[in-house]
Amino acid sequence: MQTTTPLDAGRIRGLVRDGQVHRDAYISPAVFDWEMRHLFRNAWVFLGHDSQIPAAGDYYTADIGNTPLIMVRHADGSVRVLHNRCAHKGARLVSAECGNSGKFFRCPYHAWTFKLDGDLLSVPLKQGYADPGFKDCPAGKGLAAVRHVANYHGFIFVRLSEHGPGFEEYFGDALSSIDNLVGRSPEGKVEVAGGVLRYLHDCNWKMFIENLNDAMHPMVAHESSAGTAKTLWADQPVDAPKPMAIELLLPFTEGYAFSDAMGTRVFPNGHSYSGVNASIHGGYSDIPGYEAALVAAHGEEKAHAILADVRHNTVYYPNLTIKCAVQVIRIARPIAVDRTLIESWTFRLKGAPEALLDRSCTYSRLINAPTSVVGHDDLHCYRAIQEGLRADPNPWVNLQRNQEAGEFDTLRQQGSTVVNGTSEMSMRNQFDAWQRYMLADAVQAPERALEGAAP
Amino acid sequence: MNASDATDTLAPLDPVEFLYHEARLLDDGALPAWLALFADDGLYWMPLRREQREDDIHTSLLREDPLLLRLRIERLHAPRAFSQQPASRCHHVLQRPRLEAEDGSRGEYRLRTEFSYTEVRGNERYVTAGTARHHLVTVDGRLRILRKRVDLIDGEGVLPSIQLFP
Repeated sequence: MQTTTPLDAGRIRGLVRDGQVHRDAYISPAVFDWEMRHLFRNAWVFLGHDSQIPAAGDYYTADIGNTPLIMVRHADGSVRVLHNRCAHKGARLVSAECGNSGKFFRCPYHAWTFKLDGDLLSVPLKQGYADPGFKDCPAGKGLAAVRHVANYHGFIFVRLSEHGPGFEEYFGDALSSIDNLVGRSPEGKVEVAGGVLRYLHDCNWKMFIENLNDAMHPMVAHESSAGTAKTLWADQPVDAPKPMAIELLLPFTEGYAFSDAMGTRVFPNGHSYSGVNASIHGGYSDIPGYEAALVAAHGEEKAHAILADVRHNTVYYPNLTIKCAVQVIRIARPIAVDRTLIESWTFRLKGAPEALLDRSCTYSRLINAPTSVVGHDDLHCYRAIQEGLRADPNPWVNLQRNQEAGEFDTLRQQGSTVVNGTSEMSMRNQFDAWQRYMLADAVQAPERALEGAAP
Repeated sequence: MNASDATDTLAPLDPVEFLYHEARLLDDGALPAWLALFADDGLYWMPLRREQREDDIHTSLLREDPLLLRLRIERLHAPRAFSQQPASRCHHVLQRPRLEAEDGSRGEYRLRTEFSYTEVRGNERYVTAGTARHHLVTVDGRLRILRKRVDLIDGEGVLPSIQLFP
């Protein structure tokens, strides 16, 4: 049976202890609700990329936590983020995922219109609101704009809460993975291209995020897919040119020694990346013309440093994960305590041969698609956790592999630490951040936490 | 009927009958026999978008030559294919395939088939519909699949695991 203790800050605090996480963090709808109202409001969360909205009036919509948002290109060229909620009766203003709104947004219900910065533009039969009080109430002020928006190389992050750390402070040196992704473009620019895969995972969002730096699972969970690829390819002569698909799949069979030696770098606030020293992306073949273009743009030394940095997955906590070496990102969008939408996006490196985008698309199809033989086994394992956690005797998920006394003191002092690749420190670090941002309102605005409602 | 009944039947020479036969092999789980219907340079392609063309640089749901299809089929039967415990089953309901182009002298045909597709595994069920386009060629007197393009009605939507072949 699931615990039925009423949820409060003390209960949230008790869900994480000594490298273990209570099952309620994964299976309790009340905890999920708390995550949506607190964690996803207090953290800096990825919304979209500004290449998706190049022209004035272009918009892209997505939810952060349970908050519907619009990211729109203003006439002055800046990116604005507005709440996707008509100021009048609360209708979701824009239903399409993306499009162009022209010079203003217009509600489909009563035709209230709003400027691209959210200001109320017009209301039909305006004389019906002659009462001077209208201007001062929320409806009269238009669409609420999100104040804390950061644009980092086109990656748009928002913090919905008025309180909390600044963008740079929140991510720190973890931003170097975005630097690496963008640095792989000879023009220093990337753009979303190649389509979006949408794979429904009937599991808690955190299981997916934890798995990104879990180097103990590939040789087990992916034995059937990568192992079969290896067996099939074993019949080929040693020097036979590998099809791209085989080249991308084979490294998933690397064993424990390789996984451990990859190394994982951990940053405060839940961020980390695997593949500090090496990764499964290290052995891909050269794409003609690319290295020369990068050297011409950056110089020999910097270009080679960028290419040699083959980080595997970077987790930008809570729910953005990127693979800079193949220009693929995945966003875990929580829907319910046991439902998560995983979106996979690919990026074009501007100024680079199109063959790189082709490789990104191939990678995303083979590894991230709802048809992926790799993804099927991952999801099977997450689902197994979602179901297995209902067993009563042991309510704790264990994340103690390579746990060390004082590891968080060291992390905070140094700004980042490198651990062996198979350590579960990245997951302990995620829950350290989880607690901090789950409880931030209890610390900063206790009345909000008590009411359990966002202002 | 069991899988071997279908496997033992040679693929028909009539292109429409050939497509019924193909669907039957898939639904019977006779996947090696299904794979043998493909030409050596054949391709099974499930794009993400209806507008997608074969040479576009764009992500697809599935795009596999006989080597990758063989990998997928052998993996389904691997003892540690955990996502196949329990195993998936599928079922196609085909509208009558329409012959869109033919070159009888070369034994080459292009057909379009509307279909409904159901895939089940344990208590999970995925039901969809779509359009299949086949490009069949004749190799050594037998029909073979050079291209099979499958456009799902919800290809760009939110999809669960699809483990077999719509």
